[in-house]
Amino acid sequence: MALLLLKEVAFRAGDKMILDKLDLSIEECEVQAILGSNGTGKSTLAYLIMGCDGYRPSSGDIIFDGRSINTLSIYDRARLGITMAWQEPVRFEGIPVRTYLTLNNKDNDPARCLEMVGLSPERYLGRMTDKSLSGGERKRIELASILALKPRLAILDEPDSGIDMLSTGDIINVVNTLRENGASVLLITHREEISRIADRACLLCGGKVVCSGAPGAVSEYYKSMKCMVCEGGVCADVRA
Amino acid sequence: MSELDQLMDSYVKLEGDKAILADEETAHLVVSSNRILSSRSVEGLEVEANETPGGISAKVRVLEGVHLKKPVHMCFGVLHKKGSQEIQMDVTLERGSSAHFIAHCMFPGAEKVRHAMDAKVNVGEGAEMKYSETHFHGEYGGVEVIPHLAVKVEKGGRYFSDFSLTTGNVGVLDIDYAVEAGENAIAELTARVFGHARDDIKIKEAVVLAGKGSRSLIKTRIALEDESSAVVTGITEGNAEGARGHVDCMEIVTGHAVAKAVPIVNVTNPLAKVTHEAAIGSVDKKQMETLMAHGLSPEDAIDVIVRGVLA
Repeated sequence: MALLLLKEVAFRAGDKMILDKLDLSIEECEVQAILGSNGTGKSTLAYLIMGCDGYRPSSGDIIFDGRSINTLSIYDRARLGITMAWQEPVRFEGIPVRTYLTLNNKDNDPARCLEMVGLSPERYLGRMTDKSLSGGERKRIELASILALKPRLAILDEPDSGIDMLSTGDIINVVNTLRENGASVLLITHREEISRIADRACLLCGGKVVCSGAPGAVSEYYKSMKCMVCEGGVCADVRA
Repeated sequence: MSELDQLMDSYVKLEGDKAILADEETAHLVVSSNRILSSRSVEGLEVEANETPGGISAKVRVLEGVHLKKPVHMCFGVLHKKGSQEIQMDVTLERGSSAHFIAHCMFPGAEKVRHAMDAKVNVGEGAEMKYSETHFHGEYGGVEVIPHLAVKVEKGGRYFSDFSLTTGNVGVLDIDYAVEAGENAIAELTARVFGHARDDIKIKEAVVLAGKGSRSLIKTRIALEDESSAVVTGITEGNAEGARGHVDCMEIVTGHAVAKAVPIVNVTNPLAKVTHEAAIGSVDKKQMETLMAHGLSPEDAIDVIVRGVLA
């Protein structure tokens, strides 16, 4: 049984269809990469699964561990083991990194989590999660917090954006650690080298999954601009 | 239990250490209503404190070049349900000296208590003063706190103040601080207040950057819930070449609370620069969602955010 199953999930914002009867499944301990151009609904998909405010399916079902979670709040979904790292993590005034990494799990090892994302515990545990951190530092700390949570499903929304190319290895390390710890990962990314660590990938276009399979093959399909689903639409950006 | 012991009990609730009273290297002054219960000075510090009909008056002087190693603790309190306390302070830090003053103001059972402070501070050339004021109010919110402070920071001097009232109900708070900064002087004023019930909070902090190269920061953090209200006025005047000032106010509002921020910046010298930022609103939605995605309940998420802002 799939850990996460999306059945014909549609999401409409005003008169614009963002996701159109989308089907998707993620197995236990599976890493699934989501590829697609800007504006194809990747982050919307993440918000729908996490249950962010204002993001409920217009139709269809989101099923986690065999039960529909359509109406559950973020908090309830987090209690089931779902968590998410936002593309642009928010800053918190007055909350030290050490506190942030132990918010919901006092027994974890925040120093180890920081090392896993390439940050020195000596330098960062006492710092604040506020605007004194650079964008890249904040993203790494967010990834460390996901490791600390030991989730069943981690949604990583472009963990590589804003982080230098040399740090790709740290992100791969995080994803592999999550998988080794028994988590499934929904990995939204634009970087081919990161998508290749996934067990499976799917390409989103026009609010639908237009291609899925081995990450390399999906990536090649994406690059070869064969997507004809929305000819003249979003895919036209890829061709340009 | 003696008055001193009762005050010290409240002090411990403020995470204070009673042992400071016995420490011969730590200066202190403990006042209950208008009675001086205990005091100690240390070398390089002169304190002349007297009881007055309504409270106390004190002249405090840190002698030239003296760096007090340990903070000077001042405990002010009213233990009765009703009463008043007026503190008059005249503080001087002579040239090149430095000291940290910590005031603990405690009104654990107050139902109708008025606590007023009228202080004049002079930070001499190259001297540094830190002033921290922490309050512990009981659950009744029957305290009226009126601290007025006028500070002059001379050439190259540094003045840092931190007012914190985040435990118990505020009652009525009316802060009025005014600082004048001389050449290359630095002034930083921080206030953190958590309002509940029908607390009425007014904070006015003003800095005049009078000297060339002077710098200042006014930072205010307010959290309000229930039917509390706050008006925060941060004023900075840039009157000299190279003066730099910033006013930073954040107010988080929940329930039926009402918040108002009035940043006022005046610049009379074209080579001075003063900036301000004010943010008022409910708890940030994205912060809430992030914490809830980490498994915190909505109530716990708000608590973490508010405590962080007031930290």
